[in-house]
Formats: sequence, structure tokens, C-alpha cells
Amino acid sequence: MKISIRDPVARPSPGALLFGLIPFVSVCFSVAWWDRLYPVVLGLPFNLFWLILWMLLTPLCMWGAYRQEQTRSKRDHRSRNRA
Amino acid sequence: MTPSAIALSVIFAIVVLGSALGFYAGARHKMDLEQWTVAGRGFGLVFVWLLMAGESYTTFSLLGASGWAYSQGGPALYILAYMLLLFVVSFYILPPIWEIARRYSLQTQADFFQQRYNSTSLAVAVALVGIVFIIPYLQLQLNGLGIIVEVASFEAIGRTPAMLIAFVLVASFVFMSGVRAVAWISVLKDLLLLFVVLTVGTAVSRIYFGGVGPTFTALLRARPSHLTMPGATVDHGHAWFISTVLLTSLGGYIWPHTMGSSFTAKSSDTLRRNAVIMPLYGVTLPLIFMVGFAGILIAPGLKNGDLSLLTIVRKTFSPLFLGIVGGAGALTAMVPAALLILTAATLFAKNVYRPLCAPDISDRQVARLARAMVLVIAVIALYFAIYSSSTLVALLLMGYAGITQLFPGVVFGLFSRRVSSMTVLSGLVVGVATAATLILGKHDPFLGLNAGFIGLCLNLLTVGVLNLTKVC
Repeated sequence: MKISIRDPVARPSPGALLFGLIPFVSVCFSVAWWDRLYPVVLGLPFNLFWLILWMLLTPLCMWGAYRQEQTRSKRDHRSRNRA
Repeated sequence: MTPSAIALSVIFAIVVLGSALGFYAGARHKMDLEQWTVAGRGFGLVFVWLLMAGESYTTFSLLGASGWAYSQGGPALYILAYMLLLFVVSFYILPPIWEIARRYSLQTQADFFQQRYNSTSLAVAVALVGIVFIIPYLQLQLNGLGIIVEVASFEAIGRTPAMLIAFVLVASFVFMSGVRAVAWISVLKDLLLLFVVLTVGTAVSRIYFGGVGPTFTALLRARPSHLTMPGATVDHGHAWFISTVLLTSLGGYIWPHTMGSSFTAKSSDTLRRNAVIMPLYGVTLPLIFMVGFAGILIAPGLKNGDLSLLTIVRKTFSPLFLGIVGGAGALTAMVPAALLILTAATLFAKNVYRPLCAPDISDRQVARLARAMVLVIAVIALYFAIYSSSTLVALLLMGYAGITQLFPGVVFGLFSRRVSSMTVLSGLVVGVATAATLILGKHDPFLGLNAGFIGLCLNLLTVGVLNLTKVC
């Protein structure tokens, strides 16, 4: 049991990381821009509307990241099979 | 029957139904350490989703979020942002963690550190940090349960007996079952919670204001400054928001129990797909916020904001419905509380007691000790639950300030092999010490930033400097 992990696991691909950066920019770093009350959208203050909007958009971004990782693991798999 | 008797018996019925479901699920499987902690690693997408939803949507989101929306206003929005971003972070770290956990049959978070860094002192330190900072999170659930009993009894049951009832419920629930029970009970709890949030949100806005839109129109007219940052606070502005969202979203899956629950998954792909869909679970949360915001017009002047949602429900609906809301709330507190106790007890038995005091004891003895520790840990949390006056959100933030200090160790452990155990340990000590000093000295936020975030920055700085200079 005293073997440490020699090979670190595969890092996430840059493409997948970029997809994940989008929600971080949209709901975290840009707070000074979206934290306001007007325009009122669908009856909601703008800041609340913006956060709800990103609850719906974030899964889309992460689906993009998922696709990136999948194509990569398929490619790895194929090259391993060839070798 | 008096209103309080109706409300309390409905709550009791829901809790008994939920626990029966849990015991039934637990009883069908033989409970060894592997089954008790990681359910034999056989959970598919639906179960992992339920388990993770079960621990993300806790008393914290029901009572704590509405409580902060009521008492602090705009800064409470950090909860919506972090409940999105923690799943984004999980997409990148959980699959490789699962990979390593399966390769080496790991059961706890400290096992991961032991395996990766090959250092018992680091693993013990990680386990201790985990146990210590689980306590405020556990206390949060007990306080939430206590608040439910208190409000549903129309204040006939005082704070201390209410917390005692909460403690008995939680401890007996954990004692009888394991992680499998927790996943099953989540089904009931999530359905009830969904029903409660939708009904309360739409009905409260319709009854008092005539709809969601008019509710906000009224709020924008009466208290516009409450709805943006810093709201009712003076020091929770945008810098606080960014630092807190970063701290909590990075730390969201660094909790020993959340990291541990990923071990129950069948494959790493399950975890990735789970991360993609999880943010959708939060779309009902804004309704809870609306009830909290609207509370400042409906029930102004509450001393403890965490009571706002239940007080509004009691004021608006029949005792029967108050009971249903209370029952859903009670399950939302019991499920995560059970997981937290289970994790802390296992961590102590397996990763603190065994390596330090009795290296030769068998897995079966570890499991027995873990069961005994359930009571000890619950009693400690009960003590704090009775004697503290922090808000639910403040308790969770305190937990995060400590737990996220484990983040650098996890990430370097996964993706790099150059960082040594002593480097990670030094960073951890610096981070926890900084956060604890600032919070206990009442300097949180410090210079407008979250104290835990400052700890995390110094933690990373320490790791960076030691790694570059190759001191250790």
C-alpha cells in the first residue's frame, strides 16, 4: 500500500478549461457590471435576472467542456490502440 | 388540536417516513466499512446526482439563504453565484479524484493525501482540519432543525430543548444506517423541497403583492438599496463578493463529505455528466431569495433573519402546511447532518486514531469505533448549537474558511508531482492560522476581502515560495 502515485492523472484540456472560465467571468469577476437593479427584466431586478440566466447557460458551457474532454479521450484511446 | 400540535405532528410524520425509508434501504445491505462509507462504489448518474443534490441543498439554502436575503440583502446573492461555480470546479477535479480513489481503494479524503503524498503527518493534519471545520457545518444543520421545531411549536418549545430534539433525530438516524440510506432519503426530501419552494414562493408573492413582478416592483420602490451590494451591510461589497465566491466555489467539493461522496460513483464519466446538469437544480433557489427579500415588507423587525421564511409561512398558511414545510426542512437538515457526522466519525477512526494510536486494528474495529464516534461528534456540535448566536450563513462561511485551505493540496496532488508533503502542510497551517486569527479577532471581512480567501492566498504563496526555493 505504500506506493505513491508516480504519474499524476491527465490534466483537463485547455479547451475544456476555457469553457469553464466563461461562467466564472460572467457571474463572479464581472459583478461590478451586473450588480444593478435596472433594466428590470421579466419583473426581476437585473442582478437576480442575470444570475438566473447563467443557471441556464452554465450547463451549456459545461456541455461544451464535456465534448472537449470526450473528443480528447477518444483520440487518446485511438492512438493507444494503434501503438 | 392546537395549531402547534398539528404542525409538529406533520413534521414528526414526515421525519418518521423519511427515516423508515432510510432504515429500509440500509437494512438490505450488509454494512461493512466499504458499504457504510462508499456504498460499494456502485452509484450511477441518478443516485450520485441525488446524493450530491442532497448535500448541496441543505438547511443552509432553505433557511440560511432566505435569512441572509432578509437581514443582509444583496450580499446574499453570493450564494446563487457559488452554487453555480462549485459544479464548474467539480467538473475538473472530481473525475481525477475518483480515478485515484478507485485505483487505490480510497475511502476518505485523508486516504487521498496519504496515498498521494505518502505522509502520515499530512494525512492526519488533513483529517483534523476536516473534522474541526465540519463542526460549524453540522452545527448549522442542528440550528436549522432547532429553528424549525421552535417556530412550528409557536415558541412553546424553547431553543435548548429544540436543539436536543434535533440532536436525537440526527444521531439516531446516522446510527442506524449509512450512506445508502442518505441517498434514498434524498429522493423524498428533494421532492418535498421542490414542492415547498415552488408553493411558498409563488403563493407568498401572489397573496401579498399579486405576483413575482409586483413583489419586486414593491421592493424596488420601498427598499431599493437592500437588493444590491452591500445591501444592509457596510463591508460586504463587490470585493467581498468576488473573494467569497472564489473561496466557496473552489472549496465546494473539498469538503471531506462532498469529496467522499464522489467515491460512490460508478465511473468518472458519471461525475462529469453530473457536473454539467447540476446547476439546473438551483433554478428554484431565487424563489427562496424572493421570500427573504419580501420578508422585510411582510414581517419586518425580526431579530434573527434565519427565522424569516418560517415566520412568513406561519403567518400566511395553515398549520398543516407549516408542518409540511417544517418536515421538508427537517429532512433537509437531517440528510446532510448524517453525511457530515458519518464522514467526521470515519475520518477520526480511520485517519487519526488508527495511524496514531493503534496501527494494527482491523477494518471491522475501525467501523465499530466510527460508530461510537458518531455520538461524540454530534454532542460537540450540539454544544455549539446551543451556545452560539451566529447566523446560518456565517457558520458555513466559517467552515469554508478552513476547508478551502485543503484545495491547493488536492490540486497539486492531482496534477503535479513536484510539490512535497511538507510544502503542502506548511501552506495548510499558514492558511488555517490566518483565517482563524482574522475570524476569531472579528476582522472578517479584512480590507473588504473574505478572511478565508486571504488565508487561501497566503497558503498558495507559502506553497509557491517553498516549492521554488526547494526548502522542503
